[in-house]
Amino acid sequence: MEDNKAGKVRSFLIAAYYPIVSILASFVIAGIIMQVLGFSPYEAFKGLISGSLGNKRAWGETLNKAVPIALTGLSYAIAKRCGVINLGAEGQVYAGALCAVLVGTEIDFLPAPLHILLTLIVAFIGGALYGAIPAILKNRFGASELITTIMFNYIALYFVHFMIAGPIKDYSSTSNFAQSKAMLVTARLPRILPGTRLHAGLFVAVAALLFFQFILFHTTRGYEMRVIGLNQNAGEYAGINVHKNRILSMFIAGGFAGLGGACELMGVQLRIMENAFNGLGFDGIAVALLGGNTTGGIAASSILFGALSSGANKMQMKSGVPTATVYILQGLVILFVIGKRLFDIRRMKRTAMGGAVK
Amino acid sequence: MIETLSSFLSSTVRMATPLLIAGLGLVFSANAGIVNIGIEGFMLFGALMGCAGSYWTGSALFGALIAILSTMLFSAIFAYFTINQYADQTVVGAAINILASGITITLNRLVFEGKVPAISGFESLHIPFLEKLPIIGILFQQSLVCYLAFVLVPVVAYVMRKTHLGLQVLAVGENPRASDTVGISVKWTRWWTILLSGALSGLAGAFMSMGQVRFFSEGMISGKGYMALAVIVLGGYTAFGVLWASLIFGVGMALQFRLQVLNTGIPYQILTMLPYVITLVAVCGVNSKTRGPASSGEPYIKE
Repeated sequence: MEDNKAGKVRSFLIAAYYPIVSILASFVIAGIIMQVLGFSPYEAFKGLISGSLGNKRAWGETLNKAVPIALTGLSYAIAKRCGVINLGAEGQVYAGALCAVLVGTEIDFLPAPLHILLTLIVAFIGGALYGAIPAILKNRFGASELITTIMFNYIALYFVHFMIAGPIKDYSSTSNFAQSKAMLVTARLPRILPGTRLHAGLFVAVAALLFFQFILFHTTRGYEMRVIGLNQNAGEYAGINVHKNRILSMFIAGGFAGLGGACELMGVQLRIMENAFNGLGFDGIAVALLGGNTTGGIAASSILFGALSSGANKMQMKSGVPTATVYILQGLVILFVIGKRLFDIRRMKRTAMGGAVK
Repeated sequence: MIETLSSFLSSTVRMATPLLIAGLGLVFSANAGIVNIGIEGFMLFGALMGCAGSYWTGSALFGALIAILSTMLFSAIFAYFTINQYADQTVVGAAINILASGITITLNRLVFEGKVPAISGFESLHIPFLEKLPIIGILFQQSLVCYLAFVLVPVVAYVMRKTHLGLQVLAVGENPRASDTVGISVKWTRWWTILLSGALSGLAGAFMSMGQVRFFSEGMISGKGYMALAVIVLGGYTAFGVLWASLIFGVGMALQFRLQVLNTGIPYQILTMLPYVITLVAVCGVNSKTRGPASSGEPYIKE
């Protein structure tokens, strides 16, 4: 019994070692960059941490930021598990948000719980259909999803710009910037913790995480997807329909991202403005990579990235470091996680002893 | 009419130039088996460094040199992680893009302090006699970088097809293991092709911030790096292919501007989509015919 426990702790430590060391290394390098640019890294990191984890309200903000990027992280992860690189969460977020804003502003006769549910479902379907297109193009024409998903990001972005400047524009607003009408009260996600702005999108994210775990590891479909992801040829030999699974994985991926856009819209932004959702998709890629495309990993790393972006404002206030510096931190974290061999202790020892290093 | 045609040609060439420059760099690295979505970040980095360099030195030429050298250094991060650490190329590319957006936004605010200073950009260089030609005369009133890009096309084609060096690159991309066996250093070949493509992407970015406009704005590359990746696929991984492909994209972008001016009634946001839609159609239409090198995207681990 005792042994088993120790073994569990040990395997957890091994799993957590690389992410933790990578994060520390990123902070050190980002700190050096700040120092070189003439800022105080100490003040900056103090602001970053107190602004994201310092009190209950800050935690609420951190979790609110974590919700959409956990969902876009799942979007990248489920496609990746099936061997598709989905760089299109950015556009799928907009597709979902656009569908959500249509339902959330035009349908005005539903009571809150039903209206919220309907808005979420429509956002999922909107994102999912948009996500499925690159998979279909890959099946039909062999078009690389690396390029097509990114092109669809721009197309979605400009289409949303077009929509909020015309068809769904809020003409009653005095703002100089184009924006959509605001979500009706019945289509907004309620706050769930007094004293914070934490909204019910958290439940959506948790449900999506559980769904991800369930479909991948407890269904035949999920098993097929994972086989394709590990070795497409083996999947084909085993009689698995690669094309069908590819479309399904991108359908779910787009749906997750669409939900991410909907949660951000219904809980935080309440209307679509130009570029308001930019970056959510690419943050999701980072979160998925950091979390190793696993349920627990994505949950933990989305909270980390949520903390980075919710603390960024206080960091800028306290130390003058521009909020965009957080992107440098994020980029470094990904690099070090993927280049984790750098921190392999056994390898370091071998090198130190002058042994041959592969 | 002739004036319209003339300005359309000029804008086509100017829009095609950054894609051509970045695409020519990719001819090397892509043929060596590197799939680099970080090109977008390289170009962004080059665009900022070019502007900053021109601002500091007061000379566009030095600005371009600074852009080339600093982006080459920046691309070493990509090379180190993908080649020496065997990391996934797409993932490192994504990280490079995030990193580049963080670095450029931060530096932009520090260097220019939110202002848009007057910097010297690439001046147009008129070629005597040729510039007087009707309609196409305007093609000989472009900047030095623009001419350089077009002159490089046959040079790159020659290097890739007729020299030992070019054949080594092709061999490494097609079969790294076999190349290694016959004594070609896979590691070194991939390193220098990435550095070269970094240098050229830096120049491409600098052309966007100093040739097309005279300022840096955050996110100004807006997908041109990804388009350069589409250009290389569309161009069948050859220099002349890249030339034609970037001209097609140039036409798309010039057409977009033209239609905006013409007041067709089509909203400008929809017209802005045009180059991206062209990219999509192109990638779908061409992929069945061309094929990248066999080892594309695979790290090479020496045994």
